[in-house]
Amino acid sequence: MTPTVLRALFSHWRRNKLQLFTLLAGLALATALWSGVQAINAEARASYDAAAATLGEGQFDQIVRADGEPIAQADYIALRRAGWLVSPVVEGRLNGQRLVGLDPLTAPGGLGPVTLEEGSDVSAFVTGAGQVFAQAATFAALGPTEATQVISPDVAPGTILTDIGVAQRLLGAEGQVQRLLVAPDQPLGQPSLDEITDGLVRQVAQGGSDVGRLTDSFHLNLTAFGFLSFAVGIFIVNGAIGLAFEQRRSVVRTMRALGVPLNWLILLMCFELLLFAVIAGAIGVALGYVIAASLLPDVAATLRGLYGADVGGTLQIRPAWWLSGMAIAVGGTALAAGAALWKLARMPLLAAAQPRAWALSGGKALFWQAGAAVGLLLMSVLLGVFASGIAAGFGLLASLLIGAALALPLILSAILSVARKLARGPVAQWFWADTRQQLPGLSLALMALLLAMSANVGVSTMVSSFRLTFVGFLDQVLNAELYVYTADEAETATFLQVAEPLANAILPLMSTDRSIASLPAELFSARDEQTYRDNWTFLQSVSQPWDVLARGEGVLINEQLFRRADLALGAMVEVAEGVTLPVIGIYGDYGNPIGQAIITEELFQTLYPEVQPTRFGVRIPAEEVQSLRTALKEAGLADANMIDQAGIKAFSLEVFDRTFTVTTALNILTLAVAGFAILMSLLTLAALRVPQLAPIWALGITRRQLGFYELCRAMLLAVLTAAVALPLGLALAWVLLSVINVEAFGWKLPMFVFPAEYLRLGLFALVAACIASAWPAIRLARTPPAHLLKVFSNER
Amino acid sequence: MLLSVEDIKKSFRSAGSVVDILRGVSLTLDAGETLALTGESGSGKSTLLHLVGGLDAPDSGTIMLDGQDITTLDDAGRAALRRAQVGVVFQQFNLIPSLSVADNIAFQARIAGRYDPKQSAEMAARMGLAEQMRKYPEQLSGGQQQRVAIARTLAARPRLVLADEPTGNLDEATADDVLDLMVEMTKASGAALLMVTHSERLAARLDRRLHLRAGAVA
Repeated sequence: MTPTVLRALFSHWRRNKLQLFTLLAGLALATALWSGVQAINAEARASYDAAAATLGEGQFDQIVRADGEPIAQADYIALRRAGWLVSPVVEGRLNGQRLVGLDPLTAPGGLGPVTLEEGSDVSAFVTGAGQVFAQAATFAALGPTEATQVISPDVAPGTILTDIGVAQRLLGAEGQVQRLLVAPDQPLGQPSLDEITDGLVRQVAQGGSDVGRLTDSFHLNLTAFGFLSFAVGIFIVNGAIGLAFEQRRSVVRTMRALGVPLNWLILLMCFELLLFAVIAGAIGVALGYVIAASLLPDVAATLRGLYGADVGGTLQIRPAWWLSGMAIAVGGTALAAGAALWKLARMPLLAAAQPRAWALSGGKALFWQAGAAVGLLLMSVLLGVFASGIAAGFGLLASLLIGAALALPLILSAILSVARKLARGPVAQWFWADTRQQLPGLSLALMALLLAMSANVGVSTMVSSFRLTFVGFLDQVLNAELYVYTADEAETATFLQVAEPLANAILPLMSTDRSIASLPAELFSARDEQTYRDNWTFLQSVSQPWDVLARGEGVLINEQLFRRADLALGAMVEVAEGVTLPVIGIYGDYGNPIGQAIITEELFQTLYPEVQPTRFGVRIPAEEVQSLRTALKEAGLADANMIDQAGIKAFSLEVFDRTFTVTTALNILTLAVAGFAILMSLLTLAALRVPQLAPIWALGITRRQLGFYELCRAMLLAVLTAAVALPLGLALAWVLLSVINVEAFGWKLPMFVFPAEYLRLGLFALVAACIASAWPAIRLARTPPAHLLKVFSNER
Repeated sequence: MLLSVEDIKKSFRSAGSVVDILRGVSLTLDAGETLALTGESGSGKSTLLHLVGGLDAPDSGTIMLDGQDITTLDDAGRAALRRAQVGVVFQQFNLIPSLSVADNIAFQARIAGRYDPKQSAEMAARMGLAEQMRKYPEQLSGGQQQRVAIARTLAARPRLVLADEPTGNLDEATADDVLDLMVEMTKASGAALLMVTHSERLAARLDRRLHLRAGAVA
């Protein structure tokens, strides 16, 4: 019995190849978009883990100097002699690459991802010119070194791993280490750090890499986007399965009447769908790989620019990612087919087959749909007003989008109903009434289009607002024309000697890391300079904040610190041991992951006399920047330590443009999927349309005119959907900027609107609808009269 | 005796009220015998046919088919009964549109485990379908489709053939031909035929006739 029934079930797809293609393509596209995003996330996370394994971040307690300066090797030796099981780490930049030196004999994690069996041994590692381990791409960027280069794919991207002595030699930092890794098991009774040496503090392991936590939000947003794309694809699958199952109701009834047990039939249909899910899933995961591989370099650039997180630009195939892709394909199919299977399982054996039922919605179903839409939209309002936390933010997002999608057919139906009443002339009245009648059959595709378009509006508004704000912020922060870094006091003196006569103003930048309001933060100094007064704007401030700051009577804090520590103007914060000051201003600090505070330069020098300025902003007419650079070079300062404002801005904007590439690609893919949904819905509806259109044709409307009306109908529905998508997209952007962003990053972005961009998107949607409806319209225009006449034949 | 129906009652709920469709119907049918079930629309003919075929369950009464009380069977048991012992020909042909004529004819015999290619081909030929075997249902006329449905039922060699207005969509001459063939083939295989019809003329061609009026034997 089983092979016979399976053969009969599969014969449906053999005879309805377009429907099978819709199902497989919808599922494959949904899986591709989801698994593509997951592949990018997995690759990035693997890179963070490799970095964490290399640097010991998050796994072991670390000892660092409280002032952030390197630890003297003598202090390290003193600790070892006192019984502390610590291992030194040297870290620095060499030709733009991160060089990490470890001591393989004492490091608690060994050499991280590198095993010395891989073409090396300890003696070669630590003696002579030594060996350096890195990925091939890192070596290519590094260039030749005196140490032997060993390619090791497991080392984090952009990182070179070597012995501590080799690292010190290559970095020119003999006798210094950046930090000490503390082995988990320490001997009892060891003296405390204070008893051995001053200025060292122990940082407790935090169980994960900092960079991993920092970028979680970025990946969460990507995941949300991937899920949205997946949802759009599942709408297509749901439509295809719904139609297929409706068409097979009579077959199911016949097979049951002939003695095939219902349970067995349902089981075989599940098997059939599982087979499709596996095939489409495999295609989707492969497509996802292609998407991820093409987007990863831009994502890597974004992550590096925004967070300093190094992610490899090439993709590796990971079994977990394959499995999750297949699981989402199977899960998505189950989700899309669940309702259809349930209806079939509950269908009475003697129920009449209703081939048009799929395309028509009963009043009761519409009532429930309207109820669900209103309920979800109400819930989104309640979540927006009362709830907090990132989970609530995403809950708000989900209820808003699903609620709006459910409401769309009702809104369109109402608009078409009004248009029908206003129409004059029989053809116009028929057009509006017929368009309204098509809504149930097209509603899934239109919902998919709504989601895709609102995601486009929302994400592009968010990214464009971010860019605009960030450019303004850069203008505020990067007000000096030239930035100079000095290596030591002697070089500082040389710099000042050369620069002071030429510059309009010199702004020394001093900072120290310390805890403020129980949160890790950076404390900066600011000279009382007109530049700051002219350029800085505050989110909130007391009157004349720069005057108050100059008197040493207050502290400025960034938005991150303000939100995370729940501070307010006037709140007292500790800026040094026993020194508290009131908050006098809050400034936007976009892109900075941690808190920041600013006090006046005089007070900073009093509180932290050991911190000497090594960074300076130089105010100088733009046309004189080059001559100052030349003068500084002639005085012995390295050119690499001088960065002009234009360079920094160009780099920052490049980061955003790479971000744009990623979001634009995902936007276009999602829109393409929605266009595909419309095409497939129209094609599958075409067969059901013939009995409706044949009488109109018989009454004197030509086939060509009918085709034209079909085209107009699809475009009209696309335009109406776009009109609903615009406010929904703006609401989505508001949630992303004002709720999700605040929860994820700690700062709120002002929202800007970009009408030209929305107009372009609307045109894209119109083109997509036009392309999608052109084929069915042309087919209709070319339908042979004999085919239309069959509708009136009693013979069949 | 192949079939014994005893005091069958069946009612449906419609628009909030209960409608009695069958009010205690009894009948018997021997192997090789043909019986016409006649009556006005709404008299309960089709409902009785569905109950006998295990397509539905009665409210009360017993239906014994080949010594087995089918009213005690669950859904799976009734499906097994339809597969193994009963063949139903509906007024609407209920063919599987995605299968060819040959596959449609073989379908029930295959799931009943009694498929004989030679016998199926012979059945098709006798029904005048030999030239249509590769076609699909949508390419056939109504009469041809009904002949495929009858061939499908008879090719499975059921013990009891149930037919609900099997010639309702056919012209008079075709209807006579189809019925003659159905009666002949049923008798030849030792099965019994229970046929619902409105037509006095067709009813007269069967061995016996039972007339239903308002859910009871008239």
